[in-house]
Amino acid sequence: MTAPATQFKAAARTLAADLRHRSLIQTALGKYEVKRDEMKARFQDWEGARQAAADIKFEAINHLDRYLEQFVARIEARGTKVHWASTAEEARQIIVGICRDRRARRIVKSKAMTAEEIHLNHALEQAGFKVVESDLGEFIVQLRDEAPYHIVFPAMHLTRGEIKDLFERKLGDAPSDNPEVLTMVARRVLRQEYVAADVGITGANFAVAETGMISVTENEGNARLTAALPRTMITLVGIEKIVPSLADLALFLPMLATAGAGQLLSGYNTLYGGPRQPGEADGPEEFHVVLLDNQRTALLADAEQRDALHCIRCGACLNVCPIFRNVGGQTYGTTYPGPIGSVITPHLRGLQEWKHLPFASSLCGACSEVCPVKIDLHHHLLQHRRTARAAKPVWWEKLAFRGFALLVNTPWLWRLSLALGRVGQKFHGLVKGTKLDPAYVWTQSREAPALAGQSFKAWWRERGRGTTDHGSTGRRTKDQGPGTKNQGSRVTSHESRIPEERPRRSDDGRHGA
Amino acid sequence: MSERNAILGRIREALRVAATRPGSHPTPPMSSAAAPTPASRDRAAGKSTDGFARWLPRVGAGFDELAAAFAAASKELRTDFHVLELEAGADILLGALRDAQGWQRVASHRDPLTTRVAESLGLPVLWTEGGYDPLELERCDVGITACDLLVAQTGSVLVTSASAGGRALSVLPPHHVVLARREQLVSDLPEAFRRLQEKYRQRYPSMISFITGPSRTGDIERILVLGAHGPKQLTVLVW
Ligand code: SF4
Repeated sequence: MTAPATQFKAAARTLAADLRHRSLIQTALGKYEVKRDEMKARFQDWEGARQAAADIKFEAINHLDRYLEQFVARIEARGTKVHWASTAEEARQIIVGICRDRRARRIVKSKAMTAEEIHLNHALEQAGFKVVESDLGEFIVQLRDEAPYHIVFPAMHLTRGEIKDLFERKLGDAPSDNPEVLTMVARRVLRQEYVAADVGITGANFAVAETGMISVTENEGNARLTAALPRTMITLVGIEKIVPSLADLALFLPMLATAGAGQLLSGYNTLYGGPRQPGEADGPEEFHVVLLDNQRTALLADAEQRDALHCIRCGACLNVCPIFRNVGGQTYGTTYPGPIGSVITPHLRGLQEWKHLPFASSLCGACSEVCPVKIDLHHHLLQHRRTARAAKPVWWEKLAFRGFALLVNTPWLWRLSLALGRVGQKFHGLVKGTKLDPAYVWTQSREAPALAGQSFKAWWRERGRGTTDHGSTGRRTKDQGPGTKNQGSRVTSHESRIPEERPRRSDDGRHGA
Repeated sequence: MSERNAILGRIREALRVAATRPGSHPTPPMSSAAAPTPASRDRAAGKSTDGFARWLPRVGAGFDELAAAFAAASKELRTDFHVLELEAGADILLGALRDAQGWQRVASHRDPLTTRVAESLGLPVLWTEGGYDPLELERCDVGITACDLLVAQTGSVLVTSASAGGRALSVLPPHHVVLARREQLVSDLPEAFRRLQEKYRQRYPSMISFITGPSRTGDIERILVLGAHGPKQLTVLVW
């Protein structure tokens, strides 16, 4: 097993049994589900909206070169400097370089998953800058020195008590564990940072080709402040964030908020098209946009899974995923957890090393059903499994499947093993759930279903014989009412109202014989 | 420049194989494009924006219905929304707020709607155009701005760096007051984007923001708290 797989299994085992974690996630997501359904119901046609959103993203991604060039030309025309980064390393160098050139000391950052992806904070701190996360959730996980738990709700796994303790330890200020009081503590601390920071860094939810703008969605106003006060603004954006026209946002903004957070629209949806323009009151003197590839073109080259680039990072697929809900976000050990993470991480970091993620799925399809841009997530998970095994077959698995094929194709062998199984299970109770149990892998955490005393085939044969031999006895007698003593008169009258039922049922019986 | 060419080159190389449309996996052959959907036909016919309205939440027509929708959205969002008969109503309402909340300093920008109202409060006013000291703005109790549009469907206020005194005025002071005329209230998001494009097509401001309710967070146990970083209170006055 690869190192990430070992890590995943160990962490998953712990968290799946952690009742505190489970109740926290259930409560948080329970509230989300209610609001999400309420907002979805307000749409005149949510399914129509999904299809339209999927079509727009399909158009954008499949003409990505054209739209990117248009985006760059338009945003540069307003005085923005655009940088292209093929790798995470290049993106880090570009951003560290800009901060150095501006002789920056303090940097304030709003939430950006792309920045997590390239480990930007670490690089900036190594280079001697002080970086402060301004989104409350990110601020909390930054104080804890850990990765965000969820791409939309980074501190979802913490209780107010834990956050109070954290603030007390790190900020020396936490009068109570009331969420409002704690939020105000963070507000006070961070206000200083916006005013003092030399550089503001943001991510982007969309990049509009038609007008050359980036769009940032948030609820707190922290990104607004990050983009308003520091002299230099840097936006790190994945090349797949493109939408063709400005008006497309009329669809994407409410869909992102509905699917992602159960809101009709998030608190602030802001477009930035350049640095401070002549005649404007404020805003950064310089605006840098860093376009990040980092393996996105490799995913683009996979025509079958290209639609994974349609993702608008709403987090809806995480929220409904039974795996995510049981093992939690940090267990994945990836930037993007949940179904979308399991689909794209193998592309971003290598299939063989990360194939355990697509295998850790019940393939229930809940993710594909909620995805606002209709990515066929569970299809891709299955395809990853196929590709991973085709490239690197596992000998015992092949052997096991060959054995299984032989077993189910050889009637006498099948009957024999069933008979043995029926005898064997009488003694199963003695070892069940212990390491002596041959089915330990299964029974250590679940009940094993018992083999029925009679097979379906045997039952069917007997039943058929019953109908032919005894006419109206067997199953029918139960429904007949008049023939059996313990049936009430209500049934009798019901039966008499639908006499045509009877012949049909006995017909069925004869078919079976 | 070389990175740019490298990335665009990889994109073009990748796009030589046509993609499978979502929803049509795993049907081979991969190169056959799926039948066009109503949405993609609309797009091809160049009427994409009009199409969106029929999927989004329904909104009424006429000022009264739109105002009722905006009021309903405001209630959910905890925006204070008032429809006034006369401009003088704004002075009275803001005067009452000034006394109740003990405002000391006001921030605003010069606009036909805001200038007189801000001055009527009888407090020192920080005007943002032409630049200002952020520390001073941070000390103001309220920011009074005009806006471009109000969107009934979502209860949003559309502001830009051109219409609302810059980027920070509408988000740094703890209370944001928006002044608008009746004709600025529009039905839905597609309409808002259409008006936005009409107004600024020649020259877009560097920031365009849909503000939907006061600043909020749910990052601690998903419990709603207002005023995370931006304004704790949003007041919208229309006349
Ligand atoms: S894959 Fe779909 S549901 Fe999941 S985060 Fe992306 S857009 Fe949302």
